[in-house]
Amino acid sequence: MMDISIIVGTIVKIAIVVTITMLHVAYAVYFERKVIGHMQARLGPMRVGPHGLLQPIADFVKLFFKEDIVPSNADKPIFLIAPVISVVAALASLAVIPLWETFAIANINIGILYILALSSVGAYGIILAGWSSNSKYSFLGALRSSAQVISYEIAMGLSLVGVMMLAGSANLVDIVNAQSKYPFILIQPVAFFVFLMAAIAETNRAPFDLPEAETELVAGYFTEYSGIRFGLFFIAEYAGMFIMSAIAVICFFGGWKGPHFWILSHVPNIVWFLLKVYALIFFYYWIRATLPRYRYDQLMSLGWKLFIPLTLANIFVTGLVKLLY
Amino acid sequence: MTTLQIFFIYFAVMTTLSSILVITRKNAVHSVIWMLVLFVHIAAIYLFLNAELLAAIQIIVYAGAILVLYLFVIMLLNLREEDTKKKFLSQWPLGLITGVVFIMFFILILGKITVFPTPGKYSVEFIKSEGIMMTIGKVLYTEYLLPFEVVSLILLVAIIGAVVLAKKKIS
Repeated sequence: MMDISIIVGTIVKIAIVVTITMLHVAYAVYFERKVIGHMQARLGPMRVGPHGLLQPIADFVKLFFKEDIVPSNADKPIFLIAPVISVVAALASLAVIPLWETFAIANINIGILYILALSSVGAYGIILAGWSSNSKYSFLGALRSSAQVISYEIAMGLSLVGVMMLAGSANLVDIVNAQSKYPFILIQPVAFFVFLMAAIAETNRAPFDLPEAETELVAGYFTEYSGIRFGLFFIAEYAGMFIMSAIAVICFFGGWKGPHFWILSHVPNIVWFLLKVYALIFFYYWIRATLPRYRYDQLMSLGWKLFIPLTLANIFVTGLVKLLY
Repeated sequence: MTTLQIFFIYFAVMTTLSSILVITRKNAVHSVIWMLVLFVHIAAIYLFLNAELLAAIQIIVYAGAILVLYLFVIMLLNLREEDTKKKFLSQWPLGLITGVVFIMFFILILGKITVFPTPGKYSVEFIKSEGIMMTIGKVLYTEYLLPFEVVSLILLVAIIGAVVLAKKKIS
């Protein structure tokens, strides 16, 4: 049957993409500790392997073999499934991301909407983890996080509307192909700024990491988690960072395309793609080491009173310019 | 049996099963989770109809917005004592009879419906060549512009109403 070969081919593709992403996630943690270490005049991990290169593997082995504790008053089935929802929602987004022109697990016409849909499903992992733990820190963290994620999702969706209008499509491959002359960052700087801030808030990273503010909430929604389930939340957070960076690269920086002169035009597409993604990931670490945490009401008024009106104005101006020229 | 049919049977069975689980769980949070499962499977069934936009909107609007609000409200109520109460009200036989009568009606009507009367302009081929977002957008902003604007006005009124209710004093 022809169907079987398609299914097997897709499963192989999924296995490759997920495995490579997991390795990237492991070393993104290492990269973060090194970058922040050097920014704070420390060395970062140094003990395991040369320059601490094997540290992520040691961390993973440790997390994997630690005891998985379920609090006695927790709602057990929900407590167990919440981190899985988080990870699945994050990794499923990888399906539509084109790494180069001919490689995406599923090249679908509603690519951007699919990503937005999955990021809203990801919020369930957080809410349910906080509720089922039956602990006040977890619950407060979950309430904060879900309110934050839902608020910034609107700004994020609206900031991508300008890109969709310029490309005339929500298909991620079409969006990259529409940027063959110049990347959209040059004509949509406001949308890019809002998208970047919303992406940081969506992934609960500093300076918007209120759901896990150590000084007030221990670790927020995953306070009660241990062992590999704690690790799953970690993977979800870093995979989320990769996906948000990949979307930013695809929508604003021309995806896998690189400059067309001299020797640079011979560099493979995937190298350009990863370079741009890692530049954005570095930016995440950079602002984490630089900016202090926002206050919760500041965060909310920033999202609702500044970013959403800003993106609406951006859509209006983009439409006007597109109509006139 | 083709692969497509196997997938369809899975999604159909899971849709029915999870909707039954939604109404039979005692714990309201468990009901919401089964409802999430239900919404995801309904979205998949839309995909069998080539309605990919509808599938994405199903997840974004129902799973991403409405169900999260349900979850918020349920978590803020104290439902510990609900668990100990009886599951159904005493009028449940009446509800059962009404339900069965309605199902009979539906079955009777179902035989009378011709599924595809006359194929219109929007065939599967047409939508595939135009793109589903383009097609829906064009129809929405030309043919159905007035109803669309009316709906957005109604939603605006609802938003303003919610703000007025939430604010205690408006200076």
